[in-house]
Amino acid sequence: MTDLPTIPDIIFYILGRGLYHTLLLTALGLLIGFILGMLLALMRLYGAKELTWFSIGYEKLFRGIPLIVLIYVFAFGLPEIFWYVDPLELRLGSVVLALSLRSAAYQSQIFRGAILSVTPEQMEAARALGMKGSQSFRYVVMPQALRLAVPSWSNEYAVVIKDSSFASAIGVIEMSQAAYLVSVNFHEVWALSYLILAIIYLCFTYPITRMFGERQAKKLKKFGMGGG
Amino acid sequence: MRVVDIWKSYEDLEVLKGVSFELGEGEVKVVFGPSGSGKSTMLRCINMLNPPDKGEIFLRGQNINSSEVNINEMRARIGMVFQNFNLFAHLKAIDNVSIGLRRVKKFPKEEARAKALESLKSVKMEEWADHYPAELSGGQQQRVGIARALAMKPDVILFDEPTSALDPELIGEVLQVMLDIAKSGTTMIVVTHEMGFARAVASEMIFLGEGVIIERGTPEHFFVSPESERVKSFLQQLDILYGSHEKLLK
Repeated sequence: MTDLPTIPDIIFYILGRGLYHTLLLTALGLLIGFILGMLLALMRLYGAKELTWFSIGYEKLFRGIPLIVLIYVFAFGLPEIFWYVDPLELRLGSVVLALSLRSAAYQSQIFRGAILSVTPEQMEAARALGMKGSQSFRYVVMPQALRLAVPSWSNEYAVVIKDSSFASAIGVIEMSQAAYLVSVNFHEVWALSYLILAIIYLCFTYPITRMFGERQAKKLKKFGMGGG
Repeated sequence: MRVVDIWKSYEDLEVLKGVSFELGEGEVKVVFGPSGSGKSTMLRCINMLNPPDKGEIFLRGQNINSSEVNINEMRARIGMVFQNFNLFAHLKAIDNVSIGLRRVKKFPKEEARAKALESLKSVKMEEWADHYPAELSGGQQQRVGIARALAMKPDVILFDEPTSALDPELIGEVLQVMLDIAKSGTTMIVVTHEMGFARAVASEMIFLGEGVIIERGTPEHFFVSPESERVKSFLQQLDILYGSHEKLLK
């Protein structure tokens, strides 16, 4: 009979075994979601009719499917195509794919909204200076849109980091799976270990959403961006 | 600059119905008239923000709205000052002024900054160079807007009701700057109802009504002996607002 783990033990176990995968999945999910989401937003706003349709369809599709379904589809599907790849890498890949494809659908809406809320007068003033359309977009519209997107984007970060816990469903050990392992091995502290897990997630989400969500929103308002 | 018979309509509404005029080097043209008469549309046609349906615009002999002309190069030679300033909200005053020099005229960073600072000095805003537009009063913002246009050293600057969005006590500082640059030989087309400004620097005034030029002439002509009833009643309305224009002649 081993001694029960102490609070620091549980904290270090969860972080030690799970933090790396949680952060890796979150970072890749957000990054790829950012690139795809921006692409989708641009397609929807400026693309030919077919691209707009594709973008709308994509958003509807990936916002309508539960994340866990996506994860299983890739977890079963990917090994059939990439049988030679290490199974753990494939599992991580499945989660990253699921997180980023879904996040792209949401980020696309964030960026579309942000670009649209830069007033058309900003574009006009840039064109009146003699800038090309592409220059006006790059130096005037985009910098403002990205700033305007920060509050919603910090919310998306909180969603993705929490949803990275779905990786546990296909046997990836991230923070929630580490807490689960503590609970099944030391049933007496299951509540404590999940409480600690909850607090750790909170530490990763609240300061960020507070700083980049609420404070940035106030700052943007003060700077008169996004049409007031 | 020569504007020849420009026509513009939005859907069923004909806004400009054949407007023509010429503008010499260093001339200041003041355009006024009731709202909806096409004043702003005329300016927006001249720099092709809203290209005219018909008619031609020549800048130093070059036809702006021919397809062979690079419109971006032409716009760089036509400054524009907007009613609502339209400063770039994410850029400090100095960067608002230098962005055109850097991105359009391709000046190196330091040179663009130096020229931008010079331009801010000419509107007495150099001390505010590092402030964002939201930190400036409307009058200060508009002066930065003027500096942004001036910095490009354009052949002509278009002013679209530059003071009509300002509180009365802020109008003076903007008009003063406009007087200064007019006297230093800047070619300008100014849409405004500031008759004191017109009286002081306009080489010609144009009264626009329902898309056509109803009357044109020197400030003295308008203030002493306007011909059409339309102009007379309009000037009377301005009198009620701003006080008698006859005082301005003294």
